[in-house]
Amino acid sequence: MSKPKDGVSDIPLLDPPLLDRADVRVKHATGIGGAFEAFITRVKSGDLGFLPVIIGLLIICTVFQILNPVFLSSSNLANLLFDSSTIGVISLGIVCVLMVAQIDLSVGSVSGFASALVGTLWVNLGWPVPLAIIAALIIGALIGAAYAFLFNWLGMPSFVSTLSGLLAFLGLQLYILRSTGSINLPFGSPLVSFGQLLTVPSWLAYALVALAAVGVFVTNYRTEQRRKASGLSTQPMVSVAIKALAIFIGLEFIVFYLNQTRGVPWIFGLFVVLVVAMNYALKQTQWGRSLTAVGGNPEAARRSGINVRRIYMSAFMICSTLAALGGILAAARLASASQQAGTGDVNLNAIAAAVIGGTSLFGGRGSAYSALLGIIVIQAISSGLTLLDLSSSLRYMITGAVLAIAVIVDSLSRRSRMSSGRA
Amino acid sequence: MLSLRGISKHFGAVSALSDIEFDVHAGEVVALVGDNGAGKSTLVKVLAGVHQPSAGEIFFDGKPVKLADPSTALNLGIATVFQDLALCENLDVVANIFLGREQNPWHLDEVGMEVRAWTLLNELSARIPSVREPIASLSGGQRQTVAIARSLLLEPKLIMLDEPTAALGVAQTAEVLDLIERVRARGLGVLMISHNMEDVRAVADRIVVLRLGRNNGILTPDASNEELVSAITGASENSVTRRAGRRAQREHVNEARP
Repeated sequence: MSKPKDGVSDIPLLDPPLLDRADVRVKHATGIGGAFEAFITRVKSGDLGFLPVIIGLLIICTVFQILNPVFLSSSNLANLLFDSSTIGVISLGIVCVLMVAQIDLSVGSVSGFASALVGTLWVNLGWPVPLAIIAALIIGALIGAAYAFLFNWLGMPSFVSTLSGLLAFLGLQLYILRSTGSINLPFGSPLVSFGQLLTVPSWLAYALVALAAVGVFVTNYRTEQRRKASGLSTQPMVSVAIKALAIFIGLEFIVFYLNQTRGVPWIFGLFVVLVVAMNYALKQTQWGRSLTAVGGNPEAARRSGINVRRIYMSAFMICSTLAALGGILAAARLASASQQAGTGDVNLNAIAAAVIGGTSLFGGRGSAYSALLGIIVIQAISSGLTLLDLSSSLRYMITGAVLAIAVIVDSLSRRSRMSSGRA
Repeated sequence: MLSLRGISKHFGAVSALSDIEFDVHAGEVVALVGDNGAGKSTLVKVLAGVHQPSAGEIFFDGKPVKLADPSTALNLGIATVFQDLALCENLDVVANIFLGREQNPWHLDEVGMEVRAWTLLNELSARIPSVREPIASLSGGQRQTVAIARSLLLEPKLIMLDEPTAALGVAQTAEVLDLIERVRARGLGVLMISHNMEDVRAVADRIVVLRLGRNNGILTPDASNEELVSAITGASENSVTRRAGRRAQREHVNEARP
């Protein structure tokens, strides 16, 4: 009889049980079939993850593609990505405050104010662009710090403080732009090109996607090796490889499709980089863990020695800074800083995107990717309705309905999680 | 190791604690008993840095200390298992055990933390199905074990347990009592709150009785039940003795019948 090679054909009873598999009462998912079963159980118990938003996106794409074949064309998609990036960046900040069960209603005004500031400093006062941008970002951070101060030390609900901020910064934006009403940013300047034209060279886009897939594989492979060495259960190597391969093929196809016409916008690249960085910060750092804990149970977090006030401070500051950045990107996209910038539906679209993407309004649950997926849903609806020559009145109504559905899904899945003990 | 001198705590007009004095020495288990509302949990929260005392001094290792917030207490080596456990329901077991004390803050060492979590839980012979499930899916006893495991993580000098065995089964209660004895053997101090006199007698070296926010005597575990009850309730004439009296009377009557 030959010796079994790598433990796969070993009789399991003779092995010492793995550290996390010692409890005989628990059914553990094994192999790919098991992983699928575990997924079904998770969804049934209300842990939906990105499932609703992906299903929603598929429905939206199918409907609009049937109504107008231009919808899924390469150039329309590239356009959609250009448009998504500005509000998407704002939405990423909203994810941060929603994680600690707070809200920032002033992101639209702050973004408009930041764009007006950049326009004034750069075009009217002749500051260098980078300096004007940095100044606007710092102002954004200070606005967030002010909200956090009101919340932490004066106990002002963020709902109210940011509502007053909404009015105050809208006023400031109108005041700055009072003489002209709007400031045109010069065409051909790097900032405007970045917002309107520049795309990633096709070879670089392919290479970056390949690099990302390899990165995913290597990190997962290393983790599994460490788990094995530490006596913990491991995923089969096949599923690690399949996951990386799926990412590789999926993203390369998207890049290939976009490269048929305009390519992948740099501005969208920036957005994705911010999303990935935020995801890392939320999932892999002590700060993100503390943020999630504060959103779930602030008192428990405080008793664990977390400085809860500092966590609130960081969440509000990141949100306002990203709102300012989103405003600057929007100004670059439109090549102007106007009195209309950041008004209307910017605020609610940013919040809606985070919620549609699956970040809970109740705090403690969310992901950076929800901003990415949510804003694509919102922009897809907007772009589809524009292609059908439907007025903005209908767009508002449909976006409102989608937001309502998203919040209903959030509430229902929360209730279902509670009844099956998965808060 | 820990000395309290004249600790008082007022919540508005209510004096939850007044002039509390007692000591916990290294290698000693002190039980804190008292009726509901006697101020036991308030005292634990003062020592954990959750509440600040209105008056009085706390000495730790001979030095006066000011426990301004929970992290100060944790850094000094005072670990607490709260009555409400203070766990985050949306985080998994590993995240809760390491909350605020994560290994490698800029790139969390998930594998290392998971291994350490299992080691701690196995020491408590815990029955946790998976450390990657959110706390919300665990039973009361499992949550209590997680909270105790968390208090052991930092290798504290003093452990305070507020009702540590309230939700535990027979085996887990025994494990916790064993653990308290092991901790004592390592020369650490333990302050335990319990309503279960059996548990108190089993492990405590001294029993501090609180009544209506005041010291009401320090007893040894061999004190009689009557002594303990009267110290807790404040009189030899109380509902417990009255009940015992009635029963004795009934039995007496029964015996007297032909």
